[in-house]
Amino acid sequence: MSKHYETVIGLEVHVELATKTKIFCGCSTAFGGAPNSHTCPVCTGMPGSLPVLNKQVLEYAIAVGLATNCEITRDAGFDRKNYFYPDNPQNYQISQLYLPICRNGRVEIETENGKKFVGIHEIHMEEDAGKLIHDEWEDCSLVDFNRSGVPLIEIVSEPDMRSAEEVIAYLETLRMLIQYLGASDCKLQEGSMRADVNLSVREAGTEKFGTRTEMKNLNSFRAIMHAIENETERQIDLLEEGKEVVQETRRWDDNKGYSYAMRSKEDARDYRYFPDPDLMPVHVTDAMLNGIRARQPEFRTEKIERYKREYDIPEYDIGIITETKHMADLFEETTALCGQPKKVSNWLMGETLRLLKEKNEDPEDIRFSPRHLAALISLVDSRAITGPVAKDVFEKMFEEDIDPEAYVEEQGLKTVNDEGTLRAAVEKVLAENPQSVADYKGGKQKAIGFLVGQTMKAMQGKADPGLVNRMLKELLG
Amino acid sequence: MRSILNCTAVELSEKIKAGEYTAVEAMEAVFERIGEKEQEYHCYITLDRESALNRAKEVQRKIEAKELTGPLAGVPVAVKDNLCTKGVLTSCASKILENFVPAYSATAVEHLEKAGAVMVGKANMDEFAMGSTTETSYYGVTRNPVNPAHVPGGSSGGSAAAVALQECFMALGSDTGGSIRQPASYCGVVGLKPTYGMVSRYGLVSYASSLDQIGPITKNVTDAAYLLEAIASYDKKDSTSMPDADRDFTGALVEDVTGMRIGIPRDYFGAGLEKEVETAVLAAAEVLKDAGAVVEEFDLGMAEYAIPAYYTIATAEASSNLERFDGIKYGYRTKGCVGLHNMYKKTRSEGFGEEVKRRIMLGSFVLSSGYYDAYYLKALRTKALIRKAFDEAFSKFDLILGPVAPSTAPKLGESLADPLKMYLGDIYTISVNLAGLPGISVPCGKDGNGLPIGLQLIGDCFAEKKLIRAAYTFEKQTVAKRL
Repeated sequence: MSKHYETVIGLEVHVELATKTKIFCGCSTAFGGAPNSHTCPVCTGMPGSLPVLNKQVLEYAIAVGLATNCEITRDAGFDRKNYFYPDNPQNYQISQLYLPICRNGRVEIETENGKKFVGIHEIHMEEDAGKLIHDEWEDCSLVDFNRSGVPLIEIVSEPDMRSAEEVIAYLETLRMLIQYLGASDCKLQEGSMRADVNLSVREAGTEKFGTRTEMKNLNSFRAIMHAIENETERQIDLLEEGKEVVQETRRWDDNKGYSYAMRSKEDARDYRYFPDPDLMPVHVTDAMLNGIRARQPEFRTEKIERYKREYDIPEYDIGIITETKHMADLFEETTALCGQPKKVSNWLMGETLRLLKEKNEDPEDIRFSPRHLAALISLVDSRAITGPVAKDVFEKMFEEDIDPEAYVEEQGLKTVNDEGTLRAAVEKVLAENPQSVADYKGGKQKAIGFLVGQTMKAMQGKADPGLVNRMLKELLG
Repeated sequence: MRSILNCTAVELSEKIKAGEYTAVEAMEAVFERIGEKEQEYHCYITLDRESALNRAKEVQRKIEAKELTGPLAGVPVAVKDNLCTKGVLTSCASKILENFVPAYSATAVEHLEKAGAVMVGKANMDEFAMGSTTETSYYGVTRNPVNPAHVPGGSSGGSAAAVALQECFMALGSDTGGSIRQPASYCGVVGLKPTYGMVSRYGLVSYASSLDQIGPITKNVTDAAYLLEAIASYDKKDSTSMPDADRDFTGALVEDVTGMRIGIPRDYFGAGLEKEVETAVLAAAEVLKDAGAVVEEFDLGMAEYAIPAYYTIATAEASSNLERFDGIKYGYRTKGCVGLHNMYKKTRSEGFGEEVKRRIMLGSFVLSSGYYDAYYLKALRTKALIRKAFDEAFSKFDLILGPVAPSTAPKLGESLADPLKMYLGDIYTISVNLAGLPGISVPCGKDGNGLPIGLQLIGDCFAEKKLIRAAYTFEKQTVAKRL
């Protein structure tokens, strides 16, 4: 490669909002449910039905706009995007083109190369489509409108990103902000956050943008990274060969590791956008805006600063704990109950992260309650259970959010303090391990560790290790 | 049985509540009349005598049990076929909805049921309310009650003709560009188009959402006021319905126009207006003047722009509103066709009639990229200017008085031969829709062939009461004069 190229990337991010009901009707947004069980005349496009805006959608969109430093459009509106497809019951999607709710924002991202701002061109509200199911067996297609009318926001960035790392940093920043707002759980795999990547390359130092392509079907950060690298390479190769990049929409196949063209600009449809006459203009009042502003949560940067002041835990821990609001809330609520930030942090940083990784889950999936974690910490503190038992109990708690006190009681996991029982166990261990006894007596201090371990094992971890140690030393003279 | 049919809706309900008639007798009388007239005039698309009588029986029971005491209890009503009626075919006079049975009723229809009115059947109309003659119905034309060689007007032609022919006691219509007022005028009955937002549009199959409004077609002004009062409501299901409007219309049934300022727009009396219509309308103005109103001529302005603005906005909205009729979820689907887009094209080509297709094409064109600004946006700006012209007029006048249509009912077949001329016939009615105003059509005479002429009164937004008061006064005065 003779020339040096620069990659220019802009993102269109769709986020499914966490409202209980759909954007234009009262149907549930709950995932699952029998096909078409969460539907009504409105979200199935029945003749005569009319949309009514769910105010919570507007509030979430504004909250995200404020969190991304956008200007809020005080008189916004909804427009119809007209196109025929069976997953779209009206054959138009209600979206925003002319007066989107948020414009001109920016978010700060951080990569190894430092900090920079990524501009937000606009954020608009729209409705999701239904789902088509192609039944090859019966040779027919079926449609499930449960998804139809689920609220989405689309966050359109400026073409400000220059690498896959910046794209990931941008997405992680957005995800964190939106999760902190409670506006969405932002899960790429489950589709509650979807990103389309607009990418072009140009010779380094030139002003003019190259011809861009739009990449769809990116279902994980890994897929996004991979697709960006692949598409950058593809475009550079074309230019190097003296060919032109065609403006088109491409679909990423993550299994095969390449993309293919879906439709070119020439096939671009004329959506005949126009203001939806069934919906009134959206007027954002001062009271509404101030109310949303007042309810904005403490975001991560502020939270990190406060944790540094309030809690004596390592900065590294603070960084991890504040990555998700769920984890941060768990930390704060548990600490408030037990007053031991260090111990709470240890449980989160140690066992919790280990189990999340093992089970391939996200911090938002954590099920155990602050009350139960606090109870577990207090069980250990009062020496009611031993460290090893605590880990087992925690694992159970992690899975099912059991009450540790009740569980310890039921399962008989309390530390055994009864000298008679312990002495019997120790004596048995000594009798079974004459070699270790001899080693110890011969001056090998380490051998006692093995004997403690054997005793603990015999006691299923329920013995007080200090007491076992003392008793062993006593018996070994 | 004859005398029962001569009752107005309100009189009938009073007599039923007094025990003089029953709701069942009223319905039987209506069906007897339908048996005589329907074959020739064809006011209805759907009629089901048995279920209508069953509904009447149920209502009669409730009236006797004093559960229903309202002013319209027991009254047989015709419902335009673009209003959703739960369990009853709602075809919009189109082939494409030939098998569409809604799972819900329009809010206005629910209100009628609560008031104890009993549905006779679904009234014929122009397909998707697109037309001025009721000739574009897939299910056949409706004929003018006065002279069957003429059209009844449209698009609510079935509703207006049914009222005039006594095939019901009152009817619901919808008005997007004159579709209540013009057929009322052609059939010699009263038609009221309420202010935009007065009556919920939920369940009205949209033609042009920003212009559509449901309203009453009745034998007289009193019935219109009562029927409007029954159906008008704020409805959370319709974002465009008005939360706090004065909806006490019957309180305006007062014979007094003393001091009321009425403006006659010179713009409405130019070329194209038939002499006999002009004479009748101006004579009506004299009646109101004699009754104490202050009548004055003025220049409204913007009148010539109303038709192009209307046909741009209405068709644009219609092109999008009618997209849902695609053969997928309900309605007609073509047979033996491979590929999704072929199926769409063939279904829609076969399912929609000529006039509907013409308007869909026109509307799609004005919204296409590159033309949007030049046509659609310009039309929206024109609409705003029309509204402004009316605002100015209403700063000087309480009401505006003029004709409903330039002529009396044309002969069958005449209008469709020249669609442009048909569109021009809407000149006096459509600016009222563009400005969202209420308008009423009241009979004010007949032409040399005995065809009815209608007087139109136009009010400011939410000024239905003034409209009803003046129309009521005019009606009383003319009835008195005829006596």
